[in-house]
Amino acid sequence: MEGQQKTGGMLKRIAGPVVTAVGLDAHMYDVVKVGTEELMGEVIKVDGEAIIIQVYEDTTGLRPGEPVSNTGLSLAVDLGPGLLTSIYDGIQRPLEVLVEKMGSFIERGVSAPGIPRDKKWEFKPLAKAGDEVVPGSIIGEVQETNIVHRIMVPPNVKGGKLKSIEGGSYTVEETIATLEDGTELRMMQRWPVRVPRPVREKKNPTIPLITGQRILDGLFPIAKGGTAAIPGPFGSGKTVTQQQLAKWSDAEIVVYIGCGERGNEMTEVLTEFPELQDPKSGKPLMERTILIANTSNMPVAAREASVYTGITIAEYFRDMGYDVSLMADSTSRWAEAMREISSRLEEMPGEEGYPAYLAARLAEFYERSGLVTTLNGDSGSVSVIGAVSPPGGDFSEPVTQNTLRIVKVFWALDAKLSQRRHFPSINWLNSYSLYLDSLADWYDREVSPEWNILRSWAMEVLQKEAELQEIVQLVGSDALPEAEQITIEVARLIREVFLQQNAYDPVDTFCSMTKQYDMMKAIRGYADLAYAAQVAGVPPTQIITIKAKNDLPQIKFTKDYEPMLDGIMKAMEAEFTQLRSSA
Amino acid sequence: MKEYRTISKIAGPLIFVQKTEPIGYGELVNITLSDGSTKRGQVLDTSDELVVVQVFESTAGLGRDSGVRFTGEAIKMPVGKEMLGRILSGGGKPIDGGPEIVPEKRIDITGAAINPFARGMPADFIQTGISTIDGTNTLVRGQKLPIFSAAGLPHNNVALQIARQAKVPGSVEEFAVVFAGMGITKEEANAFMQDFERTGALERAVVFLNLADDPAVERIITPRLALTTAEYLAFELGMHVLVILTDMTNYCEALRQIGAAREEVPGRRGYPGYMYTDLASIYERAGMIKGRKGSVTQIPILTMPGDDITHPIPDLTGYITEGQIVVSRELHRKGIYPPINVLPSLSRLMNLGIGSGKTREDHKKVSDQLYAAYAEGNDLRGLVAIVGKDALSERDRTFLEFADLFEGRFVRQGIDEDRAIGEGTLDLGWDLLATLPIEQLSRIDRELIEKYHPKFRAK
Ligand SMILES: Nc1ncnc2c1ncn2[C@@H]1O[C@H](COP(=O)(O)OP(=O)(O)O)[C@@H](O)[C@H]1O
Ligand SMILES: [Mg+2]
Repeated sequence: MEGQQKTGGMLKRIAGPVVTAVGLDAHMYDVVKVGTEELMGEVIKVDGEAIIIQVYEDTTGLRPGEPVSNTGLSLAVDLGPGLLTSIYDGIQRPLEVLVEKMGSFIERGVSAPGIPRDKKWEFKPLAKAGDEVVPGSIIGEVQETNIVHRIMVPPNVKGGKLKSIEGGSYTVEETIATLEDGTELRMMQRWPVRVPRPVREKKNPTIPLITGQRILDGLFPIAKGGTAAIPGPFGSGKTVTQQQLAKWSDAEIVVYIGCGERGNEMTEVLTEFPELQDPKSGKPLMERTILIANTSNMPVAAREASVYTGITIAEYFRDMGYDVSLMADSTSRWAEAMREISSRLEEMPGEEGYPAYLAARLAEFYERSGLVTTLNGDSGSVSVIGAVSPPGGDFSEPVTQNTLRIVKVFWALDAKLSQRRHFPSINWLNSYSLYLDSLADWYDREVSPEWNILRSWAMEVLQKEAELQEIVQLVGSDALPEAEQITIEVARLIREVFLQQNAYDPVDTFCSMTKQYDMMKAIRGYADLAYAAQVAGVPPTQIITIKAKNDLPQIKFTKDYEPMLDGIMKAMEAEFTQLRSSA
Repeated sequence: MKEYRTISKIAGPLIFVQKTEPIGYGELVNITLSDGSTKRGQVLDTSDELVVVQVFESTAGLGRDSGVRFTGEAIKMPVGKEMLGRILSGGGKPIDGGPEIVPEKRIDITGAAINPFARGMPADFIQTGISTIDGTNTLVRGQKLPIFSAAGLPHNNVALQIARQAKVPGSVEEFAVVFAGMGITKEEANAFMQDFERTGALERAVVFLNLADDPAVERIITPRLALTTAEYLAFELGMHVLVILTDMTNYCEALRQIGAAREEVPGRRGYPGYMYTDLASIYERAGMIKGRKGSVTQIPILTMPGDDITHPIPDLTGYITEGQIVVSRELHRKGIYPPINVLPSLSRLMNLGIGSGKTREDHKKVSDQLYAAYAEGNDLRGLVAIVGKDALSERDRTFLEFADLFEGRFVRQGIDEDRAIGEGTLDLGWDLLATLPIEQLSRIDRELIEKYHPKFRAK
């Protein structure tokens, strides 16, 4: 799809990633080709004669006087079979193709389509000639990986009666169907990244995105179609948590955006994911994944775009009726890219130099999440989880604050916890999930009617512990009343057995909801026995040092843990009986 | 090449040149003074009216009569195998009295980003012989692992000990050291040089020195020259290169100075808003590449102003690098060398380089347990200061003692003491853990305890 080529502009000034052109007929957000090498750029300001452009590639060597031409199109992505398992830069250039074209280092001036144009896919029609179709209607499918890629009528096509539709082997640009009015339908659509794809209606989420991470599913769940932020200083666990979600969350499609972060982290995902299996389908995790990698040393304008590229791809799969989860690591780098560009435009800076529109951009981005009724009446969702990297770990800064105003779940990372290798280092006192009420039914139904009660109990114990710790800091733990010494021990179990979870242990890395429930029930079991024994006169030191509970952490590392857990609980009861009879 | 004498303004390290032909962004600029001496600079901003040039040397002696030549190309570094064993200035000129270097190649010093798809995953354990690194914050080939230190602490000794002892057990591949000093004192530089000479490391090293009294702006290019050299040695000659960059704090000060001269809106604490991106363009130049033999491992050193880890320099660095080794004033005061505080230290790539077949199967869990126990013992110190030792439970007392043992035996070691990972570091870790009640070892699976715990080992 080529727009009409308008030419005639000329470069006037180059200062880093932002350049000025004159004599160009252009509108905001038009994609332009800059210089003799035709570097890709986007119009971000029109100031009289001067057209200000952010360039997605390195601008070294560009000179005043070089040509600039306008494509007349907006920044858009290719959508169609070929997306899954890909790794892209911020403007959807496949990194694998770039390696083939220019070697191990990223040079500039090379373009590559987002999805292969020559590859043939087996298209299976699901509609037939004479059927009435509307924007968003599914007219057929392609078995792309183990995932079925549904082929839809694009949202910007009017719809009508299908004149013809034929199964067979097609490239993404070949016509697979025609409407009565002559409109030709192809498997590939293009969509401008800065415009949300339309839906029929947004609904309130009621199902959790199960992640296999105990502190998330158990205490602070995110809903399918919900939003969460995970702020924390460096080294506190943002990336590992995001990767854990990408690996184990029960979404059908995962879009992972490495936005201004480390190259090796993307390589790690690339090496690891093909080896890992989806616990549900048993298929390699990579088959449901799309990666966007615009690392910290790649051009900053493309970093700004990467988040939009990612969310547009996520919406596209949502429109097929899938549950998609999107991780953006880190939204702070995205905000900084905005700040860098804005300061080069000499815009009036807002708080801490960020542009005044920071809050609006963040809100627009998170608003693209949601559980929706798609145009064709199906249900689909995009869950968005954004990492935030506050300078100096101080949550009062603008990106964290503006994000917290929008998202419904807050996973507060805490350097104090990571320093003692308590992982995930999510602070259980500061974090929250505003979905608890709307998800309660689901937990009741799918886990156990006891679950919500257990959860509240655990939160109370942790809260109580925090209060008691303040006293302990002043007078030492021996000075506490007996029952409270037990509370401290129960809280320790909740923290060390339930909350701590090792992402690198082959078993503990994922914990099913059933196992989470069993573990919490076991801790509650100990607590009940312990308080009863205390009332019966058993000294707390004996209650605290009973042997059987020392084996509880082993449950985490054990796959078929049930017999072991049974054994532990039986031994525990026996020990308590013994204690009480000798008390 | 045309020479312009149209300088309209000189401000700090910047000169403004008018009425030029179209000049390319980022071009190398040569400036000739009236006494015939020359200086180098780079184009920061170019338009048909005005070109802004950042000069890499002192602007002393520059005037409106100085001549400006635009070279039409980016700044390049002449590289060749001959560079090994040489000492160069922070601008890349030989200062060891030796001959000019005959280059095999000239390479753009900006360095293109490695395509993430082309990166090889770091996986080779580097044994430094230092327990707090090998045992609990393992370095792997291709990693960028900075030392966060502060004025007056022995970070240079730590860096030198790493450079001397670093090896990949069982590997005989070619290695090299590239050292870039930025704004360091003559004594510091001498200490490094003497150690390199004493141990014979100089033969396999390329040294770039920008000293404290050298021009500050030159520091902007010194690490880039060093990394260009390192990438050449690694990715074209197949060597495993260890790059030491010191002191990154001086680099960042130079960056701030240029920002101020350009009258940019400053970011946090006066540092430019683009400092994250700029530092990333240095630190990300570490790693491995699929299908090529060599590797670039970086150990940048920085001194935290006011010992403050939240200062923008360590903060932005920590957000980019793959962990950090934190040198602590408190441990130094206690007379412990190397004074590495493991609690805020981290190696993000540790898990890739350890475990069975690499170090030992128990490595990860021993490390986690040591951390947890030391953190707990360390916390109790605060409590003891208030309530006294007697108010502690039996359990807490063992943890308190553990913290002292950990510092006295695990952290402390000789400046030439080279501990092997297994018998040296991990077994020592187990010996210390054995002072705790066995049921407190909740981070370690039963199987490993039965295999490695001294109580079982003895039998
Ligand atoms: N759930 C976890 N289990 C085990 N280790 C973890 C976990 N989360 C974080 N870590 C450890 O913490 C380090 C830093 O985590 P990371 O996610 O990279 O931090 P951030 O992205 O916040 O800088 C990791 O390299 C890993 O060693
Ligand atoms: Mg991270």
